[in-house]
Amino acid sequence: MAASRWRTPAGRLSRSAALLLGAVLVLLAMVWGAASGAYAIAPAQLPGIVWDGARSLFGSAVETGPEHLVFLNIRLPRLLMGVAAGAGLGLAGALMQGLFRNPLADPGLIGVSSGAALAAGITIVLGGMYLPWLPRHLGSWALVVMAFGGGLAVTAVVYVLGQVQGTTRIGLMLLAGIAINALAGAGLGFLSFISTDEQLRNLQMWLLGSLGASRWSAVGLVGAAVALSTLAALVLARPLNAIALGEAQANLLGVAVEKTKRRAVMVAALAVGAVTATTGIIGFIGLVAPHWVRLIAGPDHRVVLPGSALLGAALVVSADAVARTLVKPAELPLGVLTAFIGVPLFLAMLRQFRSKV
Amino acid sequence: MNDILLSRRGGLQWLGGAALASAMPAFAQNSAQASTQSISPARRLVSLSGALTEVVYLLNAQSLLVGTDTTSLFPEAAQKTAKVGYVRQLSAEGLLSLKPDAVVGTSDAGPPVVLDQIRQAGVRVALVKAQHNWAEVQEKVKVVGRETGRTADADKLLAQLDAQWSAVQAQVAKAQRKPRVLFVLAHSGSPQVAGRGTAANALMEYAGCANAINQFDGYKPLTAEAMASAAPEVIVITTQGIDAMGGEMAFWKRPELALTPAFAKKALVTLEASHLLGFGPRLPTAVQALHMRSLQWVA
Repeated sequence: MAASRWRTPAGRLSRSAALLLGAVLVLLAMVWGAASGAYAIAPAQLPGIVWDGARSLFGSAVETGPEHLVFLNIRLPRLLMGVAAGAGLGLAGALMQGLFRNPLADPGLIGVSSGAALAAGITIVLGGMYLPWLPRHLGSWALVVMAFGGGLAVTAVVYVLGQVQGTTRIGLMLLAGIAINALAGAGLGFLSFISTDEQLRNLQMWLLGSLGASRWSAVGLVGAAVALSTLAALVLARPLNAIALGEAQANLLGVAVEKTKRRAVMVAALAVGAVTATTGIIGFIGLVAPHWVRLIAGPDHRVVLPGSALLGAALVVSADAVARTLVKPAELPLGVLTAFIGVPLFLAMLRQFRSKV
Repeated sequence: MNDILLSRRGGLQWLGGAALASAMPAFAQNSAQASTQSISPARRLVSLSGALTEVVYLLNAQSLLVGTDTTSLFPEAAQKTAKVGYVRQLSAEGLLSLKPDAVVGTSDAGPPVVLDQIRQAGVRVALVKAQHNWAEVQEKVKVVGRETGRTADADKLLAQLDAQWSAVQAQVAKAQRKPRVLFVLAHSGSPQVAGRGTAANALMEYAGCANAINQFDGYKPLTAEAMASAAPEVIVITTQGIDAMGGEMAFWKRPELALTPAFAKKALVTLEASHLLGFGPRLPTAVQALHMRSLQWVA
């Protein structure tokens, strides 16, 4: 009887139960991530270290050991970057699946990842020699700024190509996205052809994704972008629910369909652009997280959007904990792990819930 | 183990800390003092370059070595040290878990953010610029000598290597003829040939060979026409490369090679990769070996 409060008539978790479960998962993943790493720090020390770190922010003189440095400067920013990255990717995946009304949609479809990758490739391969102003003006941020700009620019191109007389044709946008992705892939291929060995390795490493470059300043920027995207996405939940019934139906219900589509694209591009620019390509989160949420809690975007952000965060933080510890003191590329971990779990889940898909 | 974090107060402290910590750079500044202190010899050293690892062993300082990168394959004992991963994709926490007080590497080491984090944690980071010349080798010996506190031994080794180097260079200068040599890099995927500006190109020049490929910079895939027009008399490849291509027999069966002068004599020089391209203390012997063996083929 008590359990029924958490379930909908279809046997799925209710909205609050699903979101609570998501939050618990993120918290568990964060505890796991905080307690694991190549550098041995006793888990019992962690609350004290965080407390000391917080106090030192307010100017208290705090005695710091190497554990403080490793945890507060390396592990903690990485953990929070994992939360932001996973939330951004999960959220964008849910938005795209809602917008394209297709469960196979992925943020990559609007070109944001391939645009970021192409711009990153240009920066890595041509940066030093042909574009010397890049590192001169942007320093270590050159790659991040270029990748972010590239992601947004390519998304804008895809969006414009999907326009017919002022309305967005989703099918057209999908095709334009596929074409532009292929073009960006060819550009990357050309760049890897003209690159030196060293540049090629750097490019490959970037494409495999990693949270290794999580400085606090980057965490702040990505966190802000993802938080903003999440708030904006929540406003889109109801209009997306209406669009799920069909665009004509949504129009009849008084939903500003055109505006919703434009905003969904913008929000997804902002979130994925910011995440990808700092971490490289982390695949499958945007595809897998929304599916899971729908399987557990149904297709209502009011639960799919925030739920995907929570589940995405939990997945990336967990995958990164494995990436950091499996081959320590070395580290596995995160993008490889998200696929290795995410996809089999996803398939297992699909089998279990076959009847509901 | 995690009960403390799961308890409500621990969790709240932790979350509060995490939220406040968003303005952390200030903390990072406070704690980066150690790097400016005067140099005292390392007690725990990590080497991020095969060549530097070789120097560590030559200076008999291997007891200080707590970790190396994946390119540190020589001497064999170096393979048994803890591996911090590929030199361009280092993990800050992984490196620090070895508790080094100094890290030596080349300018290939990265990513830069990770090096910054290591410096912030008070670890001395000494990088030698990779420039593919003898000065780079000399610098590597000096840096390892300084970092391990074995400067006298390093000076001795340097004098010895310099003498060896001059002898090899004198030998090369006496040669009557410059063989046209092509270097094939074939560690994975499709084989590539070395153009200008590569470590292989520098090596060929030191060994008195002419690089048959002087039209482009870097490594490019080898095509039949490019091979024919380059007309190499000798082909140089690493032992790892020839293994990857299925051995010498299989290598010469490649159609593009049939059009080269080297094909007639099956003129192939193979040398172990870290020996050939490492730019470490074995550079004089690598240059000598390449010089002698390529000359033999055109004699």
